[in-house]
Amino acid sequence: MFESLSGRFVEIFASLRRRGRLRPADVDEALDQIRRALLEADVAVDVVSSFRERVRRRSLEADLHKALDPAQQVLKIVYVELAHLLGREAPAITYASRPPTVVLLAGLQGSGKTTAAVKLARWFRTQGRFPLLVGADLTRPAAVEQLRVLAREVGVPVFSGLGDPAEVAREGLSEARRLGKDILICDTAGRQVVDDALMAEIGRVSEEIEPHHKFLVLDAMTGQEAVRVGEAFHAVLGIDGLILTKLDGDARGGAALSLKSVLGVGVMFVSEGERPTDLDRFHPERMARRILGMGDILTLMERAEQAYGAEQMKETFEQIRQGQFTFNDFLDQLRQLKKIGGVEGFLSHMPGAPVNRAGFADDKTMAQAEAMICSMTPQERMQPAIIDASRRRRIAKGSGTSVAEVSGLLEKLSEARRMIQRLGKSGAPRRSKTKSKKSSKGRRAPERISHSPKPSNFEEEIKLLRNSENFPLEWP
Amino acid sequence: MSTTRGAFTGRLSAILSRNVLDDETWDLLERSLILSDVGVDAAERLLSALREEAAIQKVRDPAALELMLHAAIVDLLGSGDRTLDRSGSPSVWMFVGVNGSGKTTTIGKLAHAEVAAGRKVILAAGDTFRAAAVEQLQAWAERTGAGIVAGQQGGDPASVVYDAIEHARSTGADLVLADTAGRLHSNHNLMAELAKIRRVAAKASGLLCEVMLVLDAAGGQNSLAQAREFGDAVGVTGAVLTKLDGSARGGVVLGVESGLGLRVKLVGLGEGPEDLAPFDVKEFADALLGVDG
Repeated sequence: MFESLSGRFVEIFASLRRRGRLRPADVDEALDQIRRALLEADVAVDVVSSFRERVRRRSLEADLHKALDPAQQVLKIVYVELAHLLGREAPAITYASRPPTVVLLAGLQGSGKTTAAVKLARWFRTQGRFPLLVGADLTRPAAVEQLRVLAREVGVPVFSGLGDPAEVAREGLSEARRLGKDILICDTAGRQVVDDALMAEIGRVSEEIEPHHKFLVLDAMTGQEAVRVGEAFHAVLGIDGLILTKLDGDARGGAALSLKSVLGVGVMFVSEGERPTDLDRFHPERMARRILGMGDILTLMERAEQAYGAEQMKETFEQIRQGQFTFNDFLDQLRQLKKIGGVEGFLSHMPGAPVNRAGFADDKTMAQAEAMICSMTPQERMQPAIIDASRRRRIAKGSGTSVAEVSGLLEKLSEARRMIQRLGKSGAPRRSKTKSKKSSKGRRAPERISHSPKPSNFEEEIKLLRNSENFPLEWP
Repeated sequence: MSTTRGAFTGRLSAILSRNVLDDETWDLLERSLILSDVGVDAAERLLSALREEAAIQKVRDPAALELMLHAAIVDLLGSGDRTLDRSGSPSVWMFVGVNGSGKTTTIGKLAHAEVAAGRKVILAAGDTFRAAAVEQLQAWAERTGAGIVAGQQGGDPASVVYDAIEHARSTGADLVLADTAGRLHSNHNLMAELAKIRRVAAKASGLLCEVMLVLDAAGGQNSLAQAREFGDAVGVTGAVLTKLDGSARGGVVLGVESGLGLRVKLVGLGEGPEDLAPFDVKEFADALLGVDG
């Protein structure tokens, strides 16, 4: 997600840093490149203009010629403005005092409403809630059928009916009450384009069930049209959040930046894959960091925590910190990595990843690595240092690979050790230099961590990372 | 395409009625093109050429620019072949694209038109991945009177397409329309799967006539990446621009056509079975610039 955008920003700032001292013309040139990058990411054209103007003004005010590292200064201004554009805080999901909490999903055809509805239902399940899905898309052939099949996979019941969508929605609401469900998610019909009939229908559905949350589902690949679509739904429904879909492609997701700025509506969730688990809460600051190529370790850690539990996370983290990272852990990591979205998903969250992506592992080399580790003896896995030429030949033979590939894997292990250790260090902000006036506002650590009686190193690292207001202004 | 026209006219006429041709006129023109998803690259190329020409011809009247811009767009889109290849018996047309671009609906509309023209059409339900995709195509088959060959949900899409072509051949059908599961062009495994479906279809038919990329008119600059990646993976022969009946202007087509040499052959203009039309360069340019033609 946002990969190309982030790649572009990394390039722009790298060239700015090479300049050393910055003249206003250098800043203007960088701003032109930023404008272009944002337009290519489909950020709304007027939003780009005002963004550019704000960064320009603040750069002039910042006395760049006096700054020790002017490029860093510009980066910081861009970061702050980007975070501003994306919205300062991820709005919390609130629950109705009298259940069920009703969530209405709206959007154009093909935006991914039905899939998003099921992913959202699954997400509420992970929050300990009991959702009911209501299929009120009675227009598209087989839409309700699609909802049922997907919902079965995640074990969430579906209610639907025939005839009038508003009627079906209302019946769905009484069904949710009858079953004692605390969440109701209503999928609605889309249209190919914004039209009056669609708006009238969804307006009636909304009146009937009085949703607590009205989310617009938007395809991340949408162009300048996004603002128009957003405005149309906002006018009828009063949208209070976005679900941005199909971000697992190379879409640059400019719509996320536009809609916050034009409608004041922030992104609540982003969907980055075809599996029901591929839905994440959206964190504007983290996304700003990611766009600027500074990585998003927090989301990665949360996913990892979800996938294999906080305890095991902690253990692995400790091992890595102490440099005791063996092939057993490596194998374990490989297998866990699959659970959190594979190599590609992992790398997209890593600082600096957009630039060194090429030539890094893909899913095929992952499978090879797994085969090679499985061909090692327990002792070799624990002490990779003992793997000499003869052992390499044997491992290559056993795993159907070549000696060079085995050597490559050994190199990768030490590389991984170095990299992860470095991450632990550079991820922690330099608190001594910056005042943390807004440090922990709006950022809540998961309960299982904050309830823990005595903080270990791991927990402190996490806390520091969460303090990303004072993010370290440097690339790893 | 009347809405496309309306949207652009409003902005363009405001620019062109300014009476002076200065930097602001050019900036406003660029903004207009970008708002239509033409993209910053294509817009700059278009306008810098126009600017040179305007200087040479000493154009001072912004209104004269409109005609020149129209000509430039028509020129950019070129006169490539936009007919659908009907060779082979049966002819096999395969439809590819990202999720939600409108592949199944396009196939439904095409089936309607081809059956109405007296041809015998077989639909191949090659989207075995998305839940209920087969049901959706089945509904179209019933509605249009086309035949359909479907397999198991989660089954091998290549073998469904193979079976459909075999079935079409043995029953003397004229045309096979093969649906495929939507996929993001950045997903290597799924693109490899698509390449396999293409190989199998080409082998079974002896000749795969068309591989059509379905693009959403509301899509932004990412459509360029889609066209490039699908082109590399399966050798796309043409494109369908869907959902052009709304306010989306599909300007990215300029970049897709000029940059990648891909030709848009069909446009989707609504949800009804009749709402599919051949792509017309002049009409598209007219609509983009708001010229009544």
